[in-house]
Amino acid sequence: MYDLIRKTSTVLPEDVTLAIKKAIAREEKSSVAEQTLDIILKSIVLSSKNGLPICQDTGTVLVMIEGRPDKSIFHLEKSIKDAIRKLTKEGILRQNCVCPLTEKNTLDNTGKYVPQIHFEPVNGPTRISIMLKGGGSENMSTQYSLPNSKIQAGRDMEGVRRCILDAVFQAQGKGCAPGILGVCIGGDRASGYLIAKKQLFRKLDDKNPSPVLAALEKTVLKQANELNVGPMGLGGKTTLLGVKIGHAGRHPACYFVTVSYSCWATRRYVVELNQKGEIKKWI
Amino acid sequence: MDIKHITSPLQQEVIKKLAVGDMVSISGRIVTGRDQIHKYLASGGNPPIDLSGLVIYHCGPVVIKEKGQWKITAAGPTTSVREEPYQAEIISKLRPGAIMGKGGMGEKTRKAMSECGCVYLHATGGAAQYLAECIVKVEGVYLEQFGQPESMWLLTIKDLPALVTMDSHGNSLHDTVLNDSSKRLEGLFSQPFSVRK
Repeated sequence: MYDLIRKTSTVLPEDVTLAIKKAIAREEKSSVAEQTLDIILKSIVLSSKNGLPICQDTGTVLVMIEGRPDKSIFHLEKSIKDAIRKLTKEGILRQNCVCPLTEKNTLDNTGKYVPQIHFEPVNGPTRISIMLKGGGSENMSTQYSLPNSKIQAGRDMEGVRRCILDAVFQAQGKGCAPGILGVCIGGDRASGYLIAKKQLFRKLDDKNPSPVLAALEKTVLKQANELNVGPMGLGGKTTLLGVKIGHAGRHPACYFVTVSYSCWATRRYVVELNQKGEIKKWI
Repeated sequence: MDIKHITSPLQQEVIKKLAVGDMVSISGRIVTGRDQIHKYLASGGNPPIDLSGLVIYHCGPVVIKEKGQWKITAAGPTTSVREEPYQAEIISKLRPGAIMGKGGMGEKTRKAMSECGCVYLHATGGAAQYLAECIVKVEGVYLEQFGQPESMWLLTIKDLPALVTMDSHGNSLHDTVLNDSSKRLEGLFSQPFSVRK
């Protein structure tokens, strides 16, 4: 777990780095947008080379474990927590957990309900998905309950499109644009956010198996980039690097659209473990 | 694009000449301060050092101690608007030369900047390594009771790149982008989504 979390904090996933490179080529020469993206790319190269955090906000650790429900899960939980404590001491993770009652930092990145470890029973090899999600982008995440009269969003795909574009507009540069969106249509107030975050594990170049959602992803990505919010909200052609939309069954009375905003430094990896609990392959 | 080289603490005549859109390269002594520091200073807490003319950097760095020396391992900006409730008062009371962060600030801060001669410098969010390399030395740390990211770190920096996005004449690039994108959003709302396009 130590190696996995360390890499997540210090090496930006290849697909995200590639998307940033493509964005640089799209922006006007010597524009603020191009120079901003250029500094971002230089910083990505430096963090990987020096083995240091991509961003000083090393985020909140989110772990999803899929596997057979047996005793090894307890061992995994312990090794995740041990790794987090060690990496915090080493300055690869920042002290990012504060108790809201005492307002004291717990100093080791663990606390009540922290880290968040979700388990899903699956009859197959164990898969671990890990994400370090920054607080700035988390603050820009939002949930709409449709219908919404303010943006005239009804309970259909057009309404969903309006919600997503509005979320990007509201965020401006504050979520560290260009961002990546994970979206959930449906679900409840809790599952909506979790399923939205799960979408962020998808590779940027994958294709949504649902033709409707694939079309919506493509449209929203194109239109969000026409907002001209730009890198860091300073104007420019690149406001988003990707949009990934999932869905969940909803209560007939509820229609939620949940948008999880992730910064350009979207740090996530998925690995498969062997029977000894070692990393067998990176997915 | 021409780059203006400026040194913190900033002189008033330098501040007055800075305009929205200027790329700057900052050197000199700066302090970090984020949520806890701002709350503390705005509610009457004494600043541990004289802040006049200095750059206050909205940043919660990752810091480790190596052989008895502080070492910053990552130091990008944090979202500035969280300090909006406190910033104007701190500017008028303690007279910093610039506020540096990301995302820009609101109306109250903009007004205080015009009145007191202060600018907002936008650093690239998330570029923690690139920016950490501009930190030459950790001079000291104050108000450590707030925890490491929230303490006030006194740093010497060299050639840190930033963009002036709010100046001392009342201009704000953030307002311009907000208004422009608002009009564009309206335009996009008039193109309804349909799968068969």
